[in-house]
Amino acid sequence: MDFSSLLLMRHEFVLLAILLLMIVAEIFVSEKNKKNLVNLGIVLFAIHTAIGLLPLTEGTLFGGMYKTTVLTHFFKSVLNIGVLILLLQSGDWLRDKVANQNKATEFFMLIFSSLLGLFYMISAGDFLMFYIGLELSTLPITALVAYESLKQKSSEAGIKLILSAALASGTSLFGITMMYATSGSLYFDLMTITADNLTILGFLMFFAGLAFKISLAPFHFWTADVYEGAPISVASYLSVISKGAAAFVLMILLFTLFRPLESIWINLMYVIALLTMFIGNLFAIRQQNLKRFLAFSSIAQAGFILLGLLSVDQLGATTVIYFVMIYVFSNLGAFGVVQAISNATGKEEIGDYDGLYRTNPLLSLVMLLALFSLAGIPPVAGFFGKFFLFMAAASKGYYLLVFLAVVNVTISLYYYLLVVRAMFLRKSDTAIPYFKSKPMMKLGLIITVVGILSIGLYAPLYDYLFEISNSIFKL
Amino acid sequence: MDILSLFVIVPVLTVLILVFAKDLKQARTIALIGGLVQLGMAVNLLFEYFKERALVPTSESPMLFVKDYIWFENFNIHYTIGVDGISVAMLILTSIVVLAGVFISWKIKDLPKEFFVSLIVLATGVYGFFISIDLFTMFIFYEIAVIPMYLLIGIWGSGPREYSAMKLTLMLMGASALLLVGILGIYFNSNADGGALTFNILEIAKVNIPFEAQKLFFPLTFIGFAVLGALFPFHTWSPDGHASAPTAVSMLHAGVLMKLGGYGIFRVAMYLLPLGAIDWSWFFIILAVIGVVYGALAAIRQNDLKYINAYSSVSHLGMVLVALLMLNKTAWNGAILQSLSHGFMTALFFALIGMIYERTHTRDIQKLGGLLKVLPFISAVYIIGGMASLGLPGFSGFVAEMNIFVGAFQHQDLFHRVATIATISAIVVTAVYILRVVGIMLMGPIKNEEFNDLPPSTWFERYGLYLLLIPIIGMGMAPLWLSDMILDSLTPFIARF
Repeated sequence: MDFSSLLLMRHEFVLLAILLLMIVAEIFVSEKNKKNLVNLGIVLFAIHTAIGLLPLTEGTLFGGMYKTTVLTHFFKSVLNIGVLILLLQSGDWLRDKVANQNKATEFFMLIFSSLLGLFYMISAGDFLMFYIGLELSTLPITALVAYESLKQKSSEAGIKLILSAALASGTSLFGITMMYATSGSLYFDLMTITADNLTILGFLMFFAGLAFKISLAPFHFWTADVYEGAPISVASYLSVISKGAAAFVLMILLFTLFRPLESIWINLMYVIALLTMFIGNLFAIRQQNLKRFLAFSSIAQAGFILLGLLSVDQLGATTVIYFVMIYVFSNLGAFGVVQAISNATGKEEIGDYDGLYRTNPLLSLVMLLALFSLAGIPPVAGFFGKFFLFMAAASKGYYLLVFLAVVNVTISLYYYLLVVRAMFLRKSDTAIPYFKSKPMMKLGLIITVVGILSIGLYAPLYDYLFEISNSIFKL
Repeated sequence: MDILSLFVIVPVLTVLILVFAKDLKQARTIALIGGLVQLGMAVNLLFEYFKERALVPTSESPMLFVKDYIWFENFNIHYTIGVDGISVAMLILTSIVVLAGVFISWKIKDLPKEFFVSLIVLATGVYGFFISIDLFTMFIFYEIAVIPMYLLIGIWGSGPREYSAMKLTLMLMGASALLLVGILGIYFNSNADGGALTFNILEIAKVNIPFEAQKLFFPLTFIGFAVLGALFPFHTWSPDGHASAPTAVSMLHAGVLMKLGGYGIFRVAMYLLPLGAIDWSWFFIILAVIGVVYGALAAIRQNDLKYINAYSSVSHLGMVLVALLMLNKTAWNGAILQSLSHGFMTALFFALIGMIYERTHTRDIQKLGGLLKVLPFISAVYIIGGMASLGLPGFSGFVAEMNIFVGAFQHQDLFHRVATIATISAIVVTAVYILRVVGIMLMGPIKNEEFNDLPPSTWFERYGLYLLLIPIIGMGMAPLWLSDMILDSLTPFIARF
């Protein structure tokens, strides 16, 4: 075996390397300088992200267990950038709250391991690798959710997540075994999926596990509680990175491995998309806590993603990836503002944002852009993401679904405007006073704003994605 | 830089400069300069258009100054712009109303910079909408025009502003749900003759979209736009929205934004789906006629000046829809003239109402009286506007309505006759509510002692009013050049029916 071929796993290797570096670094950092570990972690991750952007050849490893294509490479970079923004935004929280408790290194270790798991999941060429990736990405996150161990809600959220996650991955594993029983292999290339009852049952159970991770209805019940209890950076990781990666993987598997079951899962996706959008949107209307609010909003967004899956072709694949990419930036923008305000004042209710524009105009504008992008208002990126998803669904004639989806956009606009109303329309004597954000937080927010403003208007990016998304059918 | 893209670029630049404004004075100066430049550009465009049209007849190229840039190659989405006589007229209307709006908001107190930014973003959307000939860009500009309304009404409005702002935004965005499906339906049928899928209106107009698809997507597109044009029963956002909005926003909204509805129906729904239009016209004529009569009757019962004007808008714009659905050239010409005339008139009314409210702090006509004695200029202009609104010859309203009714009477059958007569009867009702306001509010004794020393109109208020009065009287006195320009541009449309 040629060792240079291992370089195909460059993303994973570099990530592993910086993970180990963090552990070593902690030994040498004195008690007083613990806060510098946070900076080190962020800088190392920035380097990892930069290395990740270098071009990578396509290929397979370990007899097809691990695969990399231009598309997976691109998507990993999107995840990297997402995590980088997230780390920048949570830098203050890590320095002020976590480093004191000597838990900074562990935070990085856990989040890096989870990301590593997502990478393996994305690149998996067989179900064994896939399952390891799935577990590796979920388990560290349950620890992170319960990270503020002194808060009761945080611990409660951790328990909730681990119990439901264990159940979900167990279900998924059971489904995999059934499919193994009928097809006789775990390798995607060697499996012959036919529409017999056992395979369909296995597929459904497997799908349930992934749907849990994307928090599609009716597997979404954990979402709001966990987001509310988890530290904001972890909630934002769950809603952006982990969800985005899982949606990507779902798309790959549906478009390639489960293509023979198309007639079955198309109907399934149709129903689940509607269910998810309506449940997410209708529940979001009544939320007062911004984390719960964003939880339901992100459930609804997942429903929109499924629209792209309905057109089982290159167009659908491109729009899904495009949308997920935009969603990463938009949602991180919203979570970033929530985190900035929560760090400075500890306030997380929509009512607390009354009159925010008059005291913190820039922060309010970032929030406005992020929410408009989530709602799909032009000219920000979210509009293009949604419009193209609708085009993908309409290209196969699902006009009714598109109509209902746009009705959902209108519903979602209502609750996004509730936040806008609080920030811009209301005046309050007890408004959050002006505060200056730290440079890292600023950088984190600026990157999201640049993404939100440019991704949609800059058409060559979409064309590039369209070109490379063809490789999905080669997997 | 091409002459049309400037209509998007100049407002965007104005907004970018406005961001650095420090106080009200700087903000309004920048907005004023931007508005003046746009008006200059619009007038310049008119002359350029005449010059170019003399060289290139409509039969050769329905749109002039066409520029085409590829945007999203895979979807065949282009940024394509071009104008015909109709859009030129609309652009002039927009630039005048925007400038008048800046004058009227000369003394805006709360967050002036943000106010002008939102106002001009709205204007950008409207300009972009009128110059687009690509459905995708058109849709984007449509939404850009609608969204700032939420902030404009919500922040600077009065009364139940939060409720009105939310209602307006959600209803218009809900309408765009229908519109989006309609546009996608048109797009995915644009290869019916074997060509490539396209959003380009001129290209799609050459395609024979199958009748079944036209029948399905015409009502979607029609209603999607018609909500903005206050089609009964989807007009309910309009009275509340107008009543709560600040003066300049009411002006822009009723004067310009609502015109997007009629224009969109004509340019997209009817031009691209003519068979659907013929098939559905009876149904929408009924709705539109109900709107005309209902709006006029509702206006009689109102005591709030803004509600009177808002219901009168429902009635007048209903007339535009009726005229469009009559499917002949004369009526269409009337519809477009009515859009323009109503745009100027209603902006004028809202400006006047704003001035009266600012001085007397009430919009209830029962509490007002004898204003002609204390506010002679404002009252006189109000009467002129009223006369134009009820269709007195010599003003723009007469020209428009005359064309509409002549066009409508060309249909011989009973259904169209009844519809036409019902529409005409609304004119009588219009006279009633206009004269009622004039009688109660402007004539008679002064009802409140405090009204004796109301401040007279200021220079910026007068400028705003002059700006709107000139076209109203101009269109009434010399309508031919305008109506010729529009009639000429209608040829490609009538060829589709």
